[in-house]
Amino acid sequence: MKSKVLLFLFSLCFFFFDCESNRHQQGEILYLNFCASCHMDDGTGLAGNIPPLAQSDYVSQNQGRLACIIRYGMEGEVVVNGKTYQNPMAGIPQLSEFEIANIINYVNQAWGNDYGYLPMNVVRDGLEECRE
Amino acid sequence: MNWFFFTTASSFLILVGCQRPAERLPILSKSREVEGKVVYDQIPDFEFIGQDSNRVTNATFAGKAYVADFFFTSCPTICPVMTRNMLKIYERFQDSTQLLLLSHTIDPRRDTVGRLRQYAQNLGVRSDKWFFVTGNKDEIYDIADDYFNVVIEDPTLPAGFDHSGRFVLVDPQRHIRAYCQGTDSAAVEKFMEAIETLLDEI
Repeated sequence: MKSKVLLFLFSLCFFFFDCESNRHQQGEILYLNFCASCHMDDGTGLAGNIPPLAQSDYVSQNQGRLACIIRYGMEGEVVVNGKTYQNPMAGIPQLSEFEIANIINYVNQAWGNDYGYLPMNVVRDGLEECRE
Repeated sequence: MNWFFFTTASSFLILVGCQRPAERLPILSKSREVEGKVVYDQIPDFEFIGQDSNRVTNATFAGKAYVADFFFTSCPTICPVMTRNMLKIYERFQDSTQLLLLSHTIDPRRDTVGRLRQYAQNLGVRSDKWFFVTGNKDEIYDIADDYFNVVIEDPTLPAGFDHSGRFVLVDPQRHIRAYCQGTDSAAVEKFMEAIETLLDEI
């Protein structure tokens, strides 16, 4: 009996860890490798020079464009939370669309963000549009 | 009883050890012996141009301590984190008249005075406190060596440059007294303690 309870608790642990901590694991690793050096570990960016991704109106309102920005980069002015940023961002062409989707979904839920879940087909359609 | 005495004594020692006023920072610059006396290398003379199109030289830092680093504004790797940590130093010592900051661009071709000014203004920092300088590329690369930094132009890298992101603390005698890895937040915290120690001295 005792061992059954233990086993149950043990599986419960797995269940929680699987669903909570590891949810955006690949997205997080990719974010830390490809994005964090500029946008920072905590998504706050760099004062006036690199826009924040945490609590960012731009990220929440431009979900369909994020995939293109990650793959092809960005130039010109962009207004985030009322501030204008103008430093260009380089694209990261080596990421697959699946990896891009994982990064976006990590960002959408990291640091207190709650920007929903972006399905794979939206990412794919977004990338089609900017492919030229 | 003996055991009690031992624990009390050691806790006392530990407490005293922790509270002891910090010692003087060592001089880390290279030294050599001249006629039986130890002489330390000094940061050599330099003349660069700051973000207000002003001349920035050793005289700008006379009688003060300063933190120096090497970066470039379009750097996609370590520089944004370095700049953020420099900003922490700036904020902590904002009201100290004894400490200035000096950031050299290692990409003078693209980092014009205008671009440096824009970068500094975006950060919201005072141009008489934190100097962003450009100038002759060879002179910048040469002086990086004196500040314990390695700067190499490498066209095979995505950004075109390889450099070490060290922050270096220079005293009014132009000697290096502390340094740290500018991307390591914990190291930068300790570095700021070292700055406090140096400021107590001058």
